[in-house]
Amino acid sequence: MHIKLNGKAHALEGQISVAALVETLGLNVTQVAIERNRDIVPRSRWGEVMLDDADEIEIVKFIGGG
Amino acid sequence: MDYFKVAGKTFHSRLLVGTGKYKNMAETKAAIEASGAEIVTVAIRRIDLAQKGEGSLQDVLPPSKYTYLPNTAGCYTAEEAVRTLRLARELGGWNLVKLEVLAKEMSAYKTLYPDVVETLEAARILVKDGFDVMAYTNDDPITARKLEEIGCVAIMPLGAPIGSGLGIQNPLNIRMIVEQCKVPVLVDAGVGTASDATLAMELGCCGVLMNTALAEAQNPVLMAEAMKHAVIAGRQAFLAGRMQAKNYADASSPQTGLIHKA
Repeated sequence: MHIKLNGKAHALEGQISVAALVETLGLNVTQVAIERNRDIVPRSRWGEVMLDDADEIEIVKFIGGG
Repeated sequence: MDYFKVAGKTFHSRLLVGTGKYKNMAETKAAIEASGAEIVTVAIRRIDLAQKGEGSLQDVLPPSKYTYLPNTAGCYTAEEAVRTLRLARELGGWNLVKLEVLAKEMSAYKTLYPDVVETLEAARILVKDGFDVMAYTNDDPITARKLEEIGCVAIMPLGAPIGSGLGIQNPLNIRMIVEQCKVPVLVDAGVGTASDATLAMELGCCGVLMNTALAEAQNPVLMAEAMKHAVIAGRQAFLAGRMQAKNYADASSPQTGLIHKA
């Protein structure tokens, strides 16, 4: 299946959880926030929220800014 | 000890600094340490999946040491700003945010001025949603009053266009805003050098927020230290209460007891 990850098509081998996606991408779990189809997925729910085909996922972090 | 309170939290440094535009993370860290700032603004962006392993901002500026003030730079509508700050809240677990909704530039003559209508709309939504909103706005006392009425915890008028370094162009308006507001007023944007920061504080501002003045100085770390002193000096001068300005001279030494007088 395919999701849209930060605006780009991203292939997944099967249905996985948000937590699994974060792990696959090798991200620091404490330093990212996630939106799924425009709704925030709280960190506490990453394990239970499963991704669906065509989901639009945004993963953001803090960067330098004024 | 002089301090100020915003959203129930006490801060001793009245200099707030941005974390953008520095050459690298090492310079960011050194300049911000030298500034003595306790609150630092940060932006929220998509992670770059192609650039794994780059040092994160949190590694360089630990959130245990600095209060992160997430901004909405790059947002042109209330909706974009609210969406960004909800992500920021999830990211940092902290309600204090800097709202800035700028108008889309239609020409090369960039002002980066706030879109007041969108800013007010975003402020209403965010306050209702439990955010503590520090609102970047223009130097208009009426907009400042409206933002305060909505429930913003700080009003942050611009001294001059963002990144211009022109200093405070309208001290009259900054003073009006300071006098009418019950919440802290901070000059945000336009500061170029130390005297600009001092002037902001002499006008009675509660603090100053800057980024480019440090990052684009020839020596950002030295300028950060200068700004730290400038803010303290301006604050102390404000508290001390300046002498009355006069149009003519008034000698400092006594006019009596002179040897050549009878």
